Amino acid sequence: MRYLPLTQEEKAEMLQILGVDEVEELFDDIPEGIRLREELDLPGALSEAELVRHFAELAGQNKNLKEVVSFLGAGSYDHLVPALIKHIVGRGEFLTAYTPYQPEITQGVLQSIFEYQTLICELTGMEASNASMYDGASALAEAALMACAATRRELVVLPSTLHPEWRNVVRLYLESQDVSIVDLPYDQASGIVNPQALEGIPWPDAACVVVQQPNFFGLLENVAPFRDVVKKHGGLLVMAVDPISLSLLKSPGELGADIVVGDGQSLGNAMGFGGPSLGFFATSGSKLIRRMPGRVVGETVDSEGTRGYVLTLQTREQHIRREKATSNICSNQALNALTAAVYLSVMGKEGFRDVGYQSLQKAHYLQEQLLSMEGLSAPFSAPFFREFVLKAAVDWEDINLRLMEQGFVGGLPLARFGLPELVLFSVTEARTKEEMDHFVDLLRGLIA
Amino acid sequence: MTMNKTVPLIFERSAPGRRGYRLPDLDVPAVPVGDLIPQDFLREEPPALPEVSELEVVRHYTQLSRRNHGVDVGFYPLGSCTMKYNPRVHEDVTSLPGLAAIHPYQPEETVQGALELMYNLGQYLAVISGLSATTLQPAAGAHGELTGLMVIKAYHAKRNENHRREMIIPDSAHGTNPASCAMVGYKVVEVPSDERGGVDVAALKALVGPNTAGLMLTNPNTLGLFDENICEIADIVHDAGGLLYYDGANANAIMGIARPGDMGFDVVHFNLHKTFSTPHGGGGPGAGPIVVSQELAPFLPGPVVEKQGDRYRFVTPEHSIGRVRSFYGNFLVYARAYAYIRSHGPEGLKQVSETAVLHANYMMQRLKDVYHLPYDRTCMHEFVLSGVWQKEHGVRTLDIAKRLSDYGFHAPTVYFPMVVEEAIMIEPTETEPKSTLDQFIDVMKRIAEEAQEDPELLTTAPHRTPVKRLDEARAARHPVLRWEKP
Repeated sequence: MRYLPLTQEEKAEMLQILGVDEVEELFDDIPEGIRLREELDLPGALSEAELVRHFAELAGQNKNLKEVVSFLGAGSYDHLVPALIKHIVGRGEFLTAYTPYQPEITQGVLQSIFEYQTLICELTGMEASNASMYDGASALAEAALMACAATRRELVVLPSTLHPEWRNVVRLYLESQDVSIVDLPYDQASGIVNPQALEGIPWPDAACVVVQQPNFFGLLENVAPFRDVVKKHGGLLVMAVDPISLSLLKSPGELGADIVVGDGQSLGNAMGFGGPSLGFFATSGSKLIRRMPGRVVGETVDSEGTRGYVLTLQTREQHIRREKATSNICSNQALNALTAAVYLSVMGKEGFRDVGYQSLQKAHYLQEQLLSMEGLSAPFSAPFFREFVLKAAVDWEDINLRLMEQGFVGGLPLARFGLPELVLFSVTEARTKEEMDHFVDLLRGLIA
Repeated sequence: MTMNKTVPLIFERSAPGRRGYRLPDLDVPAVPVGDLIPQDFLREEPPALPEVSELEVVRHYTQLSRRNHGVDVGFYPLGSCTMKYNPRVHEDVTSLPGLAAIHPYQPEETVQGALELMYNLGQYLAVISGLSATTLQPAAGAHGELTGLMVIKAYHAKRNENHRREMIIPDSAHGTNPASCAMVGYKVVEVPSDERGGVDVAALKALVGPNTAGLMLTNPNTLGLFDENICEIADIVHDAGGLLYYDGANANAIMGIARPGDMGFDVVHFNLHKTFSTPHGGGGPGAGPIVVSQELAPFLPGPVVEKQGDRYRFVTPEHSIGRVRSFYGNFLVYARAYAYIRSHGPEGLKQVSETAVLHANYMMQRLKDVYHLPYDRTCMHEFVLSGVWQKEHGVRTLDIAKRLSDYGFHAPTVYFPMVVEEAIMIEPTETEPKSTLDQFIDVMKRIAEEAQEDPELLTTAPHRTPVKRLDEARAARHPVLRWEKP
C-alpha cells in the first residue's frame, strides 16, 4: 500500500515488543461471531496513474461550465475566481490542519478566521461572525433555532419566496424541535412579499421573521415592514443574504437585522456540484453573540503581552456543554471560509464592488435582450439584482438540452419547484456580451 | 530564517486605492445603478474591504501558513480525529473541471459521471459498514448524527411510537452525541462505563424501556477500546424497541475487520475527513454520510442516486425526512473519499486498520511505564493515558500538551474522554513511519522527566513557538471578535 510506510522488519519489532505473533491477535476483543472473515466486496486497488485515468473518465462524462456557458444560479454561481486562491488554500499548512485546539502552533488558521470574521462583519454590518457553518441553508435553520432560544418562542415566520431547498432544511430542523412555521405568501404581480401579507400573523408568538434578500426569484424585498412588525412585538429579524449583493445593497445591520446568514460559495469557492461551500453567520449584541452556534475566534495576548488569537466563548459549544450547547456543530467549513477571506482580500474594496456592479449591469442587459423576444415575458415587477425570472409556455427542460448541444445551459426551469413556465436566469460578471448575444440568438431560434 | 512574533492583519496592510484584482472592462452599456435598483436599497459606501496588492495577499497568507501546524508539517496524534496523510493526487483529481466546475442544477443527463461517483461511493460505504442505503448529504460527523437521529425519530413516528424520546449515551461519548440529541428534542440518558471501559451492561438493562428511542455508541469507544459486549448490548436495545446508532469517528480501527451492521447497528455515520483521508482544512469541510438498514432506507434525506440500467438519476426516498442541507452535500470532499477507497481496495483498507491498531498498541506499550494507563488492555487505533502521575509534580496535562509544541509535535487530544482524569488521547494513525512514533515516544518520556526535574519548564511552555502561552480566559471575558479600525 503506497501510503503505509511500515516495513516488515519494523512490524516484526513492534509485534515482539507487544509479545504477540500476529497483528490478528490485537483484535481478539472483537467477538468471533462479528469478525469479518471474508474480503470486503470492493473493487481492487488502483495505482495513482490508474486513479487519475479513472477520474478523467468520470469527469469526462460531465459537461462542465468551462466548456459550456451557463445561466444557472439559484444558490450556486459562476463568478470569476482569482488564480492565486487555489495556491494559497492548497498550502499544506492550511489544508492538513484541523480545528485550532492548540493556539500557539495554529496562529495561522486562527488569525485567518479572525480576519474572515471581520470581513463578514464588514459585509453584513453586524458586530460578530462565527467561523462558518455547513452552508447557507443549515445556517438559516440554526439562526431560526437561535431566535427561538433567545426569545423563548416557538413560532417562525417564513416567506414563500425563500429558496425551496433552504425552506426544506429549515422546516426539518424546526419540526425536530416542535417549532411551528407560518408562511408569508408572495404577491403574484411583484414577486415579493407585500406588507398586506404581514397582517393576521400572530406576531406576539413569533420568535423571528426571515427575509431572503434577494429572494429566490432574484428580487429585492422591502425589508422595513418585516422589521417594524416583528420588532414591535419583541421578535427578531433574520436575514438570509447573497454576499455578492452586499457590494451594492444596504447592509443587513443598517436595516436592523438581528441575525444574518448566507451562503459563501460565490466568494471564490468552486461550484463543485453544490459543495463544499460555507454558511456564514453573524449577529449583534452580547446576548445574541453568546447564543451563536459554532466556533468563534477572539483576540488575546500571550504571557509576554504579544497579540494572538484563540478559540473563544467555548462554553456555548458541544464539547463543553454537551446537550446544553447552542448547537451540535463541530467541524465547519474552515477551508471554504479561508477561500472567502482570500477572495475578499484580493478583490478588495473596489474589486468587490465591481463584481456586484458588473453582475447587476449584465443581468439587466440579458433580461432586456430576452424580453425583446416574442413569447417571453417578465412575470414579476420588483427590482432584481443578478437573477431574474421569465415566463414562456415552452418546455424549458427540453430547450436546455438542445441549448447544451450548442454549448449553453439556459436558466433554471422552476417547474421542478412547482412553478411551470417560469425560468430563473442568473448572470455574473463572468459572462460576456458576446456570449449573451449568442445565447439570445440561439434561444430565439428554439422558441420560435 | 526568523519568524516575527506577530503578522499584521490583512486590514493593517491596506492602503486606499490599492488593488489586487481587476475585472475585464464592462462590455455592456452601463446604466446608472439608481435606474436599476431604487436608491433606497443601495449602500452609500462599499464595504470597507482591505485594499492590498496580489503580492501582499500571497505574502500575508504565506506568512500565516508558516505559523500553522498540519499533517504536512509534522506528527499530529490528535485522538479521535485520525490525522492521517492526505494524498495529494486527490487534490488534483477533484479539481478537474468535470467535477469542480459543474452546477448542481445541470440536467441529470449532463452529470452522469458525478452521479455514478455518488452511487458507487454510497455502495462502497454500505459494504464497509455492513448496512444497506447511504445518504451523502450530511456535511460533517455531527451533521450525520443529527441526520441519523432524525431518521430514527421518523421511523418511530411512522410506527406510532413517537413517545420514544430517550436516547442512551455512554458517559465516555463525544460531546456531539448529546448535543445532537438535544437538536431533535431527545432526552439524553447517560449509561456509565464499566471497569473495563465498556458500557455497563447491567446499568443499560435498567435504563432501557418503552420510551427508549435508541443507543448511540462509538465502537471502538473514545477510550480506544472495543466493547466486547456489543452483541448483548444490541440485543438489549433492540428488545426494548430501540435502534442502535454507530458514531463512526473511530472507524479507522475496523475497516475490513468488523462491520457495524454485523454488530447490530441500524445507522452509521462515517467521518470521511477522518477514516477516508479527506483533508481537515483547518476545521472543515468534512463529510458525514450516513448508512442505514433496509428498514430505515425509506426515511433518508433526498435526493439519493438510483441506478436504472446504465443511467443514474436522483430520486427521493418514499418517507424522506426532507433535507439537511442544500444540494447534495460536500461533493468535492466525498469525491476524495471515493478516490481513497479506490486507491486502497479491500486489502488496502484492511491493512490501514491493522496498521493503525498496531501503531497504537506499540506506542501504548512503550509509554505506559511513564504515564498512567487507566485501562491496561489491548487498544484499537488509539489509547488514552492519564497525566495524574505528573500532576503530583504540579504539572497538568495541558502543560504536557503545550510542551510538546516545543518539540515540533501537535498535542494529543486532552481532557477527553471525561471519564479519565487529565486524559491524554493518542491516535498515531497508520501513515506515520515508525521513526516518528519513536521520536514522539522519546519526547513524551523526556517531558515526563522534565515534569519531575523542572516543572516550571512545562507550566510556562511553550517556549519555542511564535507566540507564548495565550490567555484564553481573557479572550472569553472580554471578547474581541473582529478587527476595528483604530
